[in-house]
Amino acid sequence: MITLHINGKSHDIDADPDMPLLWAIRDLAGLTGTKFGCGVAMCGACTVHVDGVPMRSCQFAVGDVGESRVTTIEGVNGAAAAAVQAAWVDLDVPQCGYCQSGQIMSAAALLSETPDPTDDDIDAAMSGNLCRCATYHRIRAAIHDAARRLEA
Amino acid sequence: MLNQTIPGKLSAILGTAARAETSRRNFLIGAAAAGSALVVGFRPGAVALAEEDAPVNPLSAYVTIAEDNTITVHSAHFDMGQGAYHGIATLVKEELGCSWDQMSVIGAAGDVRLYGNLAWGGFAQGTGGSTAMASSWGRYRTAGATAREMLKAAAADSWGIAAGDVVAQNGMLSGPGGRQATYGEMAAKAAEMPVPAEAALKPASAWTDIGNEETLRFDRVGKTDGSQDFTIDVKLPGLLTAVPIHPPKFGATVASFDAAEAKAVKGVVDVVRTPRGLAVVGEHMWAATKGRDLVSVEWDESGAETRGSEAILTDYRAQSVNEPTVFARNDGNAEEALAGADRVVEATYEFPFLAHAALEPLNAVVHRNEDGIIEVWGGHQIPDMYQMASAQVAGVDPSQVKMHVMKSGGGFGRRAVADADVIVEAVATARALGWRAPVRMQWTREDDMAAGRYRPAYVHRLRAGLDAEGNIVAWDNHIVGQSILGGTPFEGMIENGVDATSVEGSNTLPYAIPNLSVGLTTTDVKVPVLWWRAVGSTHTAYATEAFFDELATAAGRDPVEWRMELIRDHPRHTETLKLVAEKANWGGLVPEGRFRGVSLHESFSSVVAQIAEVSVEGTDVRVHKVWCAVDCGIAINPDTIKAQMEGGIGFGLGSILTEELTLADGGTVEQRNYDMYSILSIDQMPEIEVHIVPSDNAPTGVGEPGTPPIGPAVANAVFAATGKRIYTLPFAKGLV
Repeated sequence: MITLHINGKSHDIDADPDMPLLWAIRDLAGLTGTKFGCGVAMCGACTVHVDGVPMRSCQFAVGDVGESRVTTIEGVNGAAAAAVQAAWVDLDVPQCGYCQSGQIMSAAALLSETPDPTDDDIDAAMSGNLCRCATYHRIRAAIHDAARRLEA
Repeated sequence: MLNQTIPGKLSAILGTAARAETSRRNFLIGAAAAGSALVVGFRPGAVALAEEDAPVNPLSAYVTIAEDNTITVHSAHFDMGQGAYHGIATLVKEELGCSWDQMSVIGAAGDVRLYGNLAWGGFAQGTGGSTAMASSWGRYRTAGATAREMLKAAAADSWGIAAGDVVAQNGMLSGPGGRQATYGEMAAKAAEMPVPAEAALKPASAWTDIGNEETLRFDRVGKTDGSQDFTIDVKLPGLLTAVPIHPPKFGATVASFDAAEAKAVKGVVDVVRTPRGLAVVGEHMWAATKGRDLVSVEWDESGAETRGSEAILTDYRAQSVNEPTVFARNDGNAEEALAGADRVVEATYEFPFLAHAALEPLNAVVHRNEDGIIEVWGGHQIPDMYQMASAQVAGVDPSQVKMHVMKSGGGFGRRAVADADVIVEAVATARALGWRAPVRMQWTREDDMAAGRYRPAYVHRLRAGLDAEGNIVAWDNHIVGQSILGGTPFEGMIENGVDATSVEGSNTLPYAIPNLSVGLTTTDVKVPVLWWRAVGSTHTAYATEAFFDELATAAGRDPVEWRMELIRDHPRHTETLKLVAEKANWGGLVPEGRFRGVSLHESFSSVVAQIAEVSVEGTDVRVHKVWCAVDCGIAINPDTIKAQMEGGIGFGLGSILTEELTLADGGTVEQRNYDMYSILSIDQMPEIEVHIVPSDNAPTGVGEPGTPPIGPAVANAVFAATGKRIYTLPFAKGLV
């Protein structure tokens, strides 16, 4: 048994230590807001926060999580996340929506570190989060919008 | 499996040009003329004449109003992200008079009389060819208006007053003397009221929802908090997860396999055969994928495609200089005019195979419930066809199969496959397990990318003749490549040897050219191919619009001005190009180091013009800004239209810059994941400005038409910057 701390709750997981955190979150903890896109940390759909840091959960083994606090889209909160989600809604960002959990987790982490990011900051933080609907135009605008909300 | 054919009359389906709503009577006449009444995948006899039916009760077919005043719209069209649910809900809301916070939408399936795509003549339920709004425009406004009248009649009956004295708005019914009831309170009674034969639709001047610039998608909140469920998220007690083992080459089959080691892995439940290969079933995804690595398979490759994509394209190039097999258009005499021309310009364009690469890898969930009904959850783009295919594989009558239409994480055409690939695989797996548990067949990214169904590779050879004054007197376009329809149940739609999906956009070239021919040579290659967002126009727009730009340079003409002259008989094209040129200030000052290109293309009955502004350093192309104008008829949801243009531009831009799916010599796919198959990322996305041409015409396509023009607009801008024409796609290969 491995104990994972996800969104403030403890989950006893019956899994081999090599199971990627993604599948523990989805298939064992039953939290399906975190998505599977590539399995090789190339798309960012599975992004979660581990002790506040954005991580690709498909490449993070449950055996390595230890006592770290895992936060998924279902549990993300705080000023940056709230500003990001509000901006996403107001700018009508999602199309299919499948990648957006990962986009929002990355964007919230960016704004926690860099409250007023430049376009280059956004490129650096977000270029590993792929969106096949190419909602990038609005993602960029929404991050700037969220930064303004945080400032206000 | 599905080897029968569909009547040849219908040239508009799943990716080919949208048509205006065809009456069912016309469809049946057409089907009879084609000499076949057989429609596979669709219920026999279900295509009744609307005129002979009793009017449809919208409160049982299209709109469910619950006692708690929640309103559920039953969508005939599948939502893969393009916003079809939102568009349909908007049409219902406009007429019904209710508020967004009481509305939701579910996917409907199982009755072609109610949900058949009216832009395809109503003979099949399906989503494709950017037809969802064209199909829904009349149907769902009528449903909303009819439901509204029935609610009013119910209230009038309860209150003992005339229906004309009842007002229905914002989900409330009110009458004289302060009488009030919610729609929910009157819903049960309303559903029993006589269905009016004709409920008046609001005039355009009274619309508050249609065309409302402020309306944002009703489903956006669930897509920002993780609560939107896709097929990958379906939860059922005891649900198992299966991953497939597919042949390493297209056309290979399982000779034998050994699963002993795999079955010893903790959590692996079984390894079973499927129509295409094997399935490894586990208690969860990780067990299934771990087990899969330990299965050894001997493949029979005697029927496999073993050519690499380079060999395939080399063959296409050779064929492109030969006479085409058939002509898709032949005005005047292009060969004669070419021979007599003052100057001949010639170019050959090469297009690779492309993968859809939607973020949600293909999947389906199957469960035989306690009543023995087989339930199938998936991104059912052609649900009745998938129901038939599922029933065949399950060995049951179609009436024993229930389809649940889920929203999907992208699609771009990949979930409209005639043989229902992933769905059939899921059903076969559940059956092989003796139906003992619900199963999700979940492909990995590698499975998804290597499984075929690509945008076909093509070669276009173009030749044009200019006279001494620089006028285009001849245009010849020879297209070489695979047929998407051939070898599928849609084969009957190929008319006179021309698969419209191979030539659309080329044979509809709007320019006034006296001698114009478009030839087609269809090739025999075993790589499975499919419609890919904008289908034929993904390559025809590039070839024709990049070539037009080359001619403009040769003739010394401005590419906007010259197009305007040659589209003078096409008012929609003219207005669209004019609008984009105005908004971009074409001909005005451009920032230092930046260059512009323009393109214009009609697809799915919508006209789109784009101007791209780029800078180029070495072979590094940076697209800074794109101006886009679109005529898609009446704009139901302007913000959704803008979003689809933005997304369509990003999708098309990624494809021309870096996307290429190749087969190694021997026939194995070389790209398995996003590391090798590079799609657009945020740092490559330009700023985009979208302008909608005002229109009173019925709505036309939106999901796809934004994609085709971006490639040639950027290529033409790159020429302006560098003097180099790009003939081989992607740019990563062609700009050297």
